[in-house]
Amino acid sequence: MTAMVDVRDVHKLFGDLHVLKGVDLTVQRGEVCVLLGPSGSGKSTLIRCINELEQINAGRLYVDGELMGLREVNGKLHRLSDKEIAAQRAKVGMVFQRFNLFPHMTALGNVVEAQRQVLRRSKADAEARAHEELTKVGLADRMDHYPAQLSGGQQQRVAIARALAMDPQLMLFDEPTSALDPELVGEVLNVMKALADSGMTMIVVTHEVGFAREVADQVVFMDDGAIVERGTPAQVIDNPQNPRTQGFFAKVL
Amino acid sequence: MSRTPELIQARPVPRPSVWIWAGIVLLFAALFIYGLFTNENYRWDVVGQHLFDPRILAGVGWTLLLTVAAMLLGIVMALTMAIMRMGTNPILRGVSWAYIWFFRGTPVITQLTFWGLLGVLYPKIVLGIPFGPEWAIDVNDVMRGGLIAAILGLGLNEGAYLSEIVRSGLNSVDKGQWEASTALGMKRGTTLRRIVIPQAMRVIVPPTGNETISMLKTTSLVMAVPFMMELQFVSGAIGNKLFLPVPLLLVAAIWYLVITSILMVGQARLEAFYGKGFDDERPLVRAKGMSRRQQAILTAHTVRDTPNLDVTP
Repeated sequence: MTAMVDVRDVHKLFGDLHVLKGVDLTVQRGEVCVLLGPSGSGKSTLIRCINELEQINAGRLYVDGELMGLREVNGKLHRLSDKEIAAQRAKVGMVFQRFNLFPHMTALGNVVEAQRQVLRRSKADAEARAHEELTKVGLADRMDHYPAQLSGGQQQRVAIARALAMDPQLMLFDEPTSALDPELVGEVLNVMKALADSGMTMIVVTHEVGFAREVADQVVFMDDGAIVERGTPAQVIDNPQNPRTQGFFAKVL
Repeated sequence: MSRTPELIQARPVPRPSVWIWAGIVLLFAALFIYGLFTNENYRWDVVGQHLFDPRILAGVGWTLLLTVAAMLLGIVMALTMAIMRMGTNPILRGVSWAYIWFFRGTPVITQLTFWGLLGVLYPKIVLGIPFGPEWAIDVNDVMRGGLIAAILGLGLNEGAYLSEIVRSGLNSVDKGQWEASTALGMKRGTTLRRIVIPQAMRVIVPPTGNETISMLKTTSLVMAVPFMMELQFVSGAIGNKLFLPVPLLLVAAIWYLVITSILMVGQARLEAFYGKGFDDERPLVRAKGMSRRQQAILTAHTVRDTPNLDVTP
């Protein structure tokens, strides 16, 4: 059985800026991997590369055993077409720091839209699925509300429902609670915990060390574009070996 | 129930300059109005006779038709060009750039004259499938009367200006909207049509109203084609025949003012509709006639630019 995510010596450059400096990462099926580290360490860039919002400059990236963004024919690499990349992306759900809900659509409309446009589901099927997902995140009574009428925590839960309705095999979370008022963080983390318990493969970039300790199977500490330390929460958070990791947790805990 | 405090009732700071300016403006206004009534050369009797002259009314009709047709062509061209300009195909980006460069870079009167002379350059345009059937179009026949040339000239010129407005509207939509759609597997075209354009309308529509008012007046240049039925030309022609150009110019000016005034009211409504709440943190009250969807777009602040960009030729 192949790993769900296999990142091999991935580099990412923005002009002269070397953001990822040879990252290797394996995430097994059903595993929850939490990326921790200071701002600018490349955590967000790494997960944005995994669903091809950014193109990598070196290395290989496999999701579900499939090489992302490229095809190798007789030892030569060819870029995939936009259509092929879109198909690869549809298997990966993504939740953003700033929610990015579609403001001109209701909560229900947000969850229905891509099901109709990308998966070509019928209106009835897409709406039924949207009802189901919104109920799961505790928003059964908010389906007809526009994003502007919802709190940040509710908006982020709609965003999670929107991603889940696409039947992803992998969910990426890019600092999902960083834009929330402290009292709203819990409701989003609870939804994510329930999702982890259901067996979803997840990669989470966050500053919530408590969440990492409770939910993560694998904690990865990144600094300056590279993975510094990895292991179970007990190893990395509570008994870090690398001085940079030690320094980081000494400050945040 | 809390106690109502004694409200402050203070005299405002005196501003004598307001009264001085009021005096100056009133004086000049009175002099001007006096002149309007006493100066015989205005010939208000002739203005009155011709204000509802059927030829003038027909001119108003043609002017309105030209405005609407040219704006429609302009909007279609603008959307096409703006989307091409933002696309991934470098050839189409180049085509769009060249279109805007040419049509914005030459005077509209030159373009109108050119369209009028198209039949001289290309008397016949032949469309055909190689080795198959052919269809010939007689350009002079199609362009007869100048209406088509006038609409083409005005519309293509307008499209270049509007495409910059459309482009700034599309650019003003938050990048996160593109990312969310992309991450959901939506294609560029779908994202534009379903997600970005509906939100960009807030920025695009108000200045398009401004352009419509501008277009109404630009139609007076189509005598360069020549197209000789719109308001400015018709009133000028009548004035020349009577050797009384001033009263007929006044007739034209009155009609232009009436139509622009109506359009301005419409534009102000549109701006209120699309711009409401732009400065407010959270507009809890919906403007009259505003859809929930529109309110939601405004409240979300996913569109950042001011809708009142002034782009005038």
